Amino acid sequence: MMSNTLLPELYTTMKRIRSFEERVGELFIKGESAGTMLHLSTGEEIGPACVGTAMKEQDTFTTHHRGHGIFIARGGDPKKMLAEIAGKKDGYCKGKGGSMHIADMKLGHLGANAIVGGGIPTVVGAGISYKYLKEERVSVAFFGDGAMQQGILYESMNMASLWKLPVVFCCINNQYGMGTKIDNAVGYKDFSKRAESFGLKTLHINDLDVENAYNKSREIIEDARKFQPGFIEIECYRFYGHARMDKSPYRNDLEETEMRKLDPIDYAKKELIKNNMLNKEEISEIDKNILNEMDEAMEFAIKSPVNDENEIFIDVYSEKDPLPISIDEKINKILSN
Amino acid sequence: MSDLNQNFFEKITYRDALRLAIHDAMIEDKKIIIIGVDVANYGGAYGATKDLLKIFGKERVIDAPISEPAIVGAAVGAAMTGLRPVAELMYVDFFGMSMDQIVNQLAKVRYMFGGQISAPLVLRTQGGTGRSAGAQHSQSLESWIMHTPGLFLSMPSKPNDAYHLLRHALRIDNPTIFIEHKLLYNSTGYLDKLDTNFSFGKANIIREGEDISIISYSRMINFAEKAAEILNQNNINSEIIDLRTLNPLDSKTIIKSVNKTKRALVLSESNYTSSVPSEITSIIFENCYRILKKPVIRYTAEDTPVPVAPNLEKNYIPTIEKIVEYSKKLCN
Repeated sequence: MMSNTLLPELYTTMKRIRSFEERVGELFIKGESAGTMLHLSTGEEIGPACVGTAMKEQDTFTTHHRGHGIFIARGGDPKKMLAEIAGKKDGYCKGKGGSMHIADMKLGHLGANAIVGGGIPTVVGAGISYKYLKEERVSVAFFGDGAMQQGILYESMNMASLWKLPVVFCCINNQYGMGTKIDNAVGYKDFSKRAESFGLKTLHINDLDVENAYNKSREIIEDARKFQPGFIEIECYRFYGHARMDKSPYRNDLEETEMRKLDPIDYAKKELIKNNMLNKEEISEIDKNILNEMDEAMEFAIKSPVNDENEIFIDVYSEKDPLPISIDEKINKILSN
Repeated sequence: MSDLNQNFFEKITYRDALRLAIHDAMIEDKKIIIIGVDVANYGGAYGATKDLLKIFGKERVIDAPISEPAIVGAAVGAAMTGLRPVAELMYVDFFGMSMDQIVNQLAKVRYMFGGQISAPLVLRTQGGTGRSAGAQHSQSLESWIMHTPGLFLSMPSKPNDAYHLLRHALRIDNPTIFIEHKLLYNSTGYLDKLDTNFSFGKANIIREGEDISIISYSRMINFAEKAAEILNQNNINSEIIDLRTLNPLDSKTIIKSVNKTKRALVLSESNYTSSVPSEITSIIFENCYRILKKPVIRYTAEDTPVPVAPNLEKNYIPTIEKIVEYSKKLCN
């Protein structure tokens, strides 16, 4: 059994996500981030790790505004991610997307979305493509519990079910929609029942066992590959505020202290040691390597050059089209009339 | 559509020109699919996709549930992953449902992802008055789209333009919003599939004249043409510019025409305030203010919702009589 375990890999993924998010926080403190719209997924690592690892190389996905962790789990390069968050030229989107719009078509990342629920129907379309083109790919929409209250999710679930698409809807339920606790936003909390009623196969994860979550997620994803669309809810706790500036005045310290004890990384670490999969020294070595990796990413992002000013006008239309004319040019032309 | 392989039609309906364009494009490009409410079995609410299900099958002509936001969203996703969807929203009024997917997703895919990808799709819809369809089925909302960078916008008035604009939209890498007019489907005109004069993004000078420029698009072109005949009898020679596309907008042709005629009436079926005519009027003022003999007139529908009562609806939009009257006053 031990030789088959993926726990060391899952632990490493979760640890990389947490370390990455810590660097995002640092980037902000150093004044090197582009803006303050930085939504950290600290504490939520189990979802990205289990579903991200269960997906196959050819699979695609969309994420939400809190999507750094998912992309790390899907092979995102921390260097290019941090450069994007810093608004730099070497970022995944040339610094024009930022934290909430990271995307990479090569790794199947169809885009992070800053509209709650906005990226969900994208995977329905991807599912239509894969089925029509006979490609054995699954597309997964990641979103938060906030999006469970958006109508477009249900339109999308219905289409996935109606057309039997290779699609999975994955809700990372961190208990908060910005400052509103789930109890104040949801009348009836059994999200799986909602998905079930659309004919989706469902999975609800509400513990810290990442390997178990991975195994069960894989079943959902493989069923989707056979055109049985699915729904996964992973419950977790958002360790910090909504965005970097939010000090969470709407919840008390006691709640935070108690909930932060439910740490999927600590849990995985204990499991690794208890089951003799890795010893403390080996884990320290993994952690050290991750810190080095993130140090390098940080340095890369800070040193990455800024864009030329003309980059504003590029990518609005295709390469074959003329660039939009700058306002300065327009005004000067009028003034010279 | 008696003979699909014909290259020239002396007389074809706007509807059939659209249908032929989709048909011909689908023959040429297997990545094109159609998705929308009642596009397959029903053949489209206004018949523009009639029989395409029979020809191309249900894998390519897909009836969707009445979920406008997700129809657009799914089309965006399909366009990002290798297909070229023709999505249909039955009425432009339903853009109200789908604006997030149109404005925040479709229009932004290329830009915010740094040029990695685009969503090359065509979103077909129709708008306008004329059927007493009421305030939620009769609007002209093109300025919403024209205000959003990243979306091409076509609004043809003639079958030949409808065909070529749609074929063009299905070949390029930009998303196109394609707004038809509900009262144009039965209108007729020629279609030359091999038309070498057609140029995307270029306005069509339908009628040359020296006295006044009437700048318009979509169904109002027909009104302008009828008004021009009457004006001609009154020794006023008007020039009619059919914009055909609102993005790209052919400012050059507009400016050149107004520099010649020194008078302009911008005609549209949309509301008056913050409209396409507002934009065109600004362009004319900015570029031609020295030579203008009279202020530029924006002649549009009233700044009210669209009424159902036929007598009210008729007077809610511009009339031929008033186009003539205002043009005469401008030429005085």
